[in-house]
Amino acid sequence: MILAYGLEPSVRHGRGGRILQRLHLDGLLLAGIFATLLVGAVVLYSAVGQHTSVMYGQGLRVLIALGIMVAMAQVSPSVIRRIAPWVYGIGIIMLAMVLMAGEVGKGAQRWLDIGVRFQPSEIMKLAVPAVLAWLLHERPLPPSLWLILAMLVMIMAPVAMISLQPDLGTAILIGLTGATVIFLAGIGARYIFAALAIVMASMPVLWYFMHPYQKLRVLTLVNPDSDPLGAGYHIIQSKIAIGSGGIFGKGWLNGSQGQLEFLPERSTDFIFAVAGEEFGLLGAVAILLLYLAVVGRGFYIAATAQDTFSRLLAGSISLTFFFYVFVNSAMVTGLVPVVGIPLPLVSSGGTSMVTLLAGFGILMSIQTHRKLLPR
Amino acid sequence: MFVRRVIVCVFLVLGLTGLVVTRLVQLQLVNFEYYSAQSQGNRIRVQPLPPTRGLIFDRNGKILAENLPTYQLELTPEQVPDVDDTLRRLAEAGLIDAENLPRLGDLILSHRRFDSIPLRQRLSDTEVARFAVQRPYFPGVEIRARLTRNYPYGPIAAHALGYVSGISAADKKILDPAGYAGTSHIGKVSVERAYEAQLHGEVGHEDVLVNAHGRNMQVLDAESSVPGRDLLLTLDIEAQIVAEQALDGRRGAVVGIVPSSGEILVFASAPSFNPNAFSGGLTPSQFQALQEDSNQPLFNRALSGQYPPGSTIKPMLALAALEQGTLDPATRIICRGFYTLPGRSHRYRDWKPEGHGSVDLHVAITESCDTYFYGVANNLGIEAIGRSLRNFGLGSPTGIDMPGESRGLVPSREWKRSEFANPADQVWFPGETVITGIGQGYLLATPLQLAHAVATIATRGKRYQPSMVRGLRDPVTGATEFRQPKLLASDDLTTETSWQLIIDSMVAVMQGPKGTARASGYGSAYSIAGKTGTAQVFSLGPDEEYDEEEIDESKRDHALFIAFAPVENPAIAVAVVVENGGSGSSVAAPIGRQILDTFLGSRPL
Repeated sequence: MILAYGLEPSVRHGRGGRILQRLHLDGLLLAGIFATLLVGAVVLYSAVGQHTSVMYGQGLRVLIALGIMVAMAQVSPSVIRRIAPWVYGIGIIMLAMVLMAGEVGKGAQRWLDIGVRFQPSEIMKLAVPAVLAWLLHERPLPPSLWLILAMLVMIMAPVAMISLQPDLGTAILIGLTGATVIFLAGIGARYIFAALAIVMASMPVLWYFMHPYQKLRVLTLVNPDSDPLGAGYHIIQSKIAIGSGGIFGKGWLNGSQGQLEFLPERSTDFIFAVAGEEFGLLGAVAILLLYLAVVGRGFYIAATAQDTFSRLLAGSISLTFFFYVFVNSAMVTGLVPVVGIPLPLVSSGGTSMVTLLAGFGILMSIQTHRKLLPR
Repeated sequence: MFVRRVIVCVFLVLGLTGLVVTRLVQLQLVNFEYYSAQSQGNRIRVQPLPPTRGLIFDRNGKILAENLPTYQLELTPEQVPDVDDTLRRLAEAGLIDAENLPRLGDLILSHRRFDSIPLRQRLSDTEVARFAVQRPYFPGVEIRARLTRNYPYGPIAAHALGYVSGISAADKKILDPAGYAGTSHIGKVSVERAYEAQLHGEVGHEDVLVNAHGRNMQVLDAESSVPGRDLLLTLDIEAQIVAEQALDGRRGAVVGIVPSSGEILVFASAPSFNPNAFSGGLTPSQFQALQEDSNQPLFNRALSGQYPPGSTIKPMLALAALEQGTLDPATRIICRGFYTLPGRSHRYRDWKPEGHGSVDLHVAITESCDTYFYGVANNLGIEAIGRSLRNFGLGSPTGIDMPGESRGLVPSREWKRSEFANPADQVWFPGETVITGIGQGYLLATPLQLAHAVATIATRGKRYQPSMVRGLRDPVTGATEFRQPKLLASDDLTTETSWQLIIDSMVAVMQGPKGTARASGYGSAYSIAGKTGTAQVFSLGPDEEYDEEEIDESKRDHALFIAFAPVENPAIAVAVVVENGGSGSSVAAPIGRQILDTFLGSRPL
């Protein structure tokens, strides 16, 4: 499979390939995304109780997100690189505005109301890796210690602001995204181990600053039966749904956990459990393989990209996409605490779909704007 | 180099995916039997049965809060052929608001298809009738009765009873979620809040077998809910009506207490609000209008309003001075209309510019001579004043069974040191003691505290904790648990002769030829002891005259009045405060008299 990726676009495709190239779209990535979206729509239809109107809404969001993906693919990587620091700066300002608005409202506030409501933290999911890649562009790699420290500051600023919203899940993901860039930049193994050690050591401190509901989620992971109708309910019901699916599943629209609504948030964060119940082990693994294909194509684009900025950004977007999949599937199966992260391309919901497909648009831009260099 | 990193990433991705796949194998292959059995067990659904809220009665058994069935329009999606069309036609029929259509559409989508979804609450009889005629055209739409809290007297006694409304996020933090499963409303303020635990009752549940579509098939087991207990209040709703009518919407409060038990007879705060609007669901704009009303109808003045007590404090100061031995009741002073501290020139003015002439204690209380009490306070000193006033329950919450009581303020040197940041403000000035003598300066009391204090004079020093609730009744068995009056501790040092002296002077206030409230004491069938007060809201300059016509309404004096009757065997003590009402004798005392007449008017002395 990996070998197939290595073929040049001109060899791989015929006429269709050339049209895609002119549209700056990557055929294999596009195929993977469409396949995942299609499977997602099938699962979602069952999860929302066959309400077609919900499906129309989701379809509309997907169309908008695909449009944004196509638009992003037209922007050449060098332009993305030049605007990256500006987008990052604007993102920081908007996060500050959200925090101040939240102070007034005295509650969790993630939305910024400027005509349309949107979450500035979503912008940061792409702005953080882009600004770090911009920082490392045309510098010797591996980066110097000072550069690493500068990058850490640039990661921690939005992470701190988002965790104050409080939106711990998104904050952690953005922190991870930043870490992927540093990792891909090639820092030494000793730094990685040192960072791991620091993370481990700071766990008790983090615990101290956690909200009570967040602590509860961690505790219920260890022992969900301690609060079966409260915080542990999600994990218990999700495990029952997946486990009762067996190898082949109960069949589409036949999962009792999902259809009888014992499973909470089944159309959003816990949709993977619906898939596990109705399509069984085989279906769940097949979905994971689909994701792996998309991630693999992303890695190929990163590995063959022509400059540092493109490589780092493509690698980071692909790896982050995988983290979404991993964190969600691990949370639904009770491996990690419940953090509100949807299953990418499948869960119902607007903003994250746009961010994801915009990220894929950047990947396609990187792949299709290559200059023909002598080999 | 970079490619090597990507390869590391590939291994990381494969490793983590392997972890999830292993977990899936563990759940779906190894433990399949276990989870399959668990999934089958999920066919039984537990449904909460909310309890009926306890009723509230006044002291004569009149019902003050009840649960009325109201009609609501409900829709079950799976029985409706075309939901959008049905909603549109319901709007055309005038049963739902066309504005709400998108919201209702979303509401229906967010529910299960077999759920019954409320479209509108509190339908009027006409609307119920109108729907009944058209019912065949609306399959799947039904009218259901549900219980809604209703207060038959509307805004009367709203501040005493409180209200119920939807459970808020803040409420949820302090609630046992299991106990409130199925309950939609909760007591928010006053008695409804204080006795929430007793009024609410215990939730029941039924275990229902659901079929493959989740529809209820059979009730397997049920534990019925236990209704909340009924509250028997000490309040007298007839007197409450008189009090609120007498206040006539002016900002103010009236509190009436039984001196020998602390039972609250009247608890009025004006302006009031309609608690029924809250149980029916207030729109945000309606709630905002209530909150932004400059007369603050939601503010419980009787419980939380803090006012300078003015001259109503004089009997208590006189008792303190007699007890301390700093005052000889027979000694006369000459009042020339002002008081000066020895060696100082600043004039503390009397309300009567020409002065009261030769004044002893009796005259000083009867005519409310300020000059006399400036001296009394100065001779006592602020610490002795504070100790004594606290024996009347001032400066701390009375402990009434209602949340949110204000503590009032009895100032002291220490209080001033801790209250002010600027060292120059932390010093206690002798002049501040002087003006405490006429209930001005820092001294503050709530209407409830004033009623409690005058009740304490009526009982000659015995303080009973004010209470709103006389007993709790089990609505099923009818067994009633009565609360005993609670005697509060106080230093009982005042001698019988001192009490007699002060009470006699207070009788002369009402019924003596020169008493400040003689107009309100005139012609009563029983004896009254009282004291008026007129509290300044702002300070006049040394050469300014107080002219009610000329100054802004919000700067006019507060009118106060305290009284108890009959003097020989006190049955009721009352405190009246009218914000910016003007003079205590002309505005507050007549209201007090109306309350006393309600209880004692018909009885011969």
